[in-house]
Amino acid sequence: MADMAITLLTEDADTSLPAQVIGEDLWLAAPELERATGWKLTRDGFCRGSLCIPIPSGHEAEFVRADGRMNLAALARQRGQALVHDAAGTVWALDASTSARSTARTSLEAPDFTLPDLSGRLHSLHEHRGKKILLASWASW
Amino acid sequence: MDLPVWQALYTELAPRNFVVITVAMDSGGTADASQWIEAAAPTHPSLIDVQHRVAELYNWVNVPSVAWIDEAGHIVRPNDPGFAGEYFRAMMEPGFDFRKMTAEYQRHQERYLAAVRDWVERGPACPYVLTLEQVRTRLAGPNPDHARAAAYFRLGTHLQQHGRADAAQAAFAQAKALRPESWNYKRQAWHLEEAGKSGGPEFWEAVKALGDKPYYPRSEL
Repeated sequence: MADMAITLLTEDADTSLPAQVIGEDLWLAAPELERATGWKLTRDGFCRGSLCIPIPSGHEAEFVRADGRMNLAALARQRGQALVHDAAGTVWALDASTSARSTARTSLEAPDFTLPDLSGRLHSLHEHRGKKILLASWASW
Repeated sequence: MDLPVWQALYTELAPRNFVVITVAMDSGGTADASQWIEAAAPTHPSLIDVQHRVAELYNWVNVPSVAWIDEAGHIVRPNDPGFAGEYFRAMMEPGFDFRKMTAEYQRHQERYLAAVRDWVERGPACPYVLTLEQVRTRLAGPNPDHARAAAYFRLGTHLQQHGRADAAQAAFAQAKALRPESWNYKRQAWHLEEAGKSGGPEFWEAVKALGDKPYYPRSEL
């Protein structure tokens, strides 16, 4: 099966990469998976930094193929992370905010974020640590 | 609009080790948000959140939503509607009294700003600082539907930015179906579909359909 060009949206970036889309599965070559998501396959399963997700015994074929391709959708399911796509299967979005929200609910630490102001200058919440902060949303609509 | 009120509060309380951060939930980016920000001329960080990421992180389904964060970076009062209230719903009722609504808005605003001043003055002794359990209750979830809704909303904003408005609306429709309580999803999608629709007949129909249920989470000040 031929590769198609897809865009993968993660918390940090939009990455264009070749992939095989088969139904709800998204098969990537190892270097592409690591470049777009940071995950790589090791003896301990899929690892990113110190975090490793073991592949459940008997389900190896859902995660890794003989040609070395890896299924990001299976990894996301295993992690309980949402991965959705448009009807054409050309744009895929991986939810990252929900796990940060879960962590916050346990630690009660305010989740950090970095966003631009009108001039494009980036601001992060953590720059204001040591002050009381009132964080408020609004919208033009 | 809230921005001038927040800016005035920031000017007043900044010397007390206090900062206001305002975040525009605007997938249209600066094109939509800039005129309001320019008018308020904020000296506090006034940010633009195209993906509504802060709403996802703080479990916000509406604007305005407010969180209080202490010096150690802990959330001590999440998910307030600020000084917004149910009083706006009377606008569609016969015999609507604009002066009465304005007075109600003023009353809410004064009470809310007084609560913030009390927190800045007294810190943890302020009665509006919530217990750990109350904070956790307000941060309810997330559940798998929230996660899928967030991913679909992220997808929708990307498609919109890349000129695929129809595909974007399809993604927003998924987000709305998975998280029907999110007015942010509904109103942002309406606005991107057609300017003015976020406050048009569809909006008022949806508000009416709430019946006795509140539009905003309860402030409990």
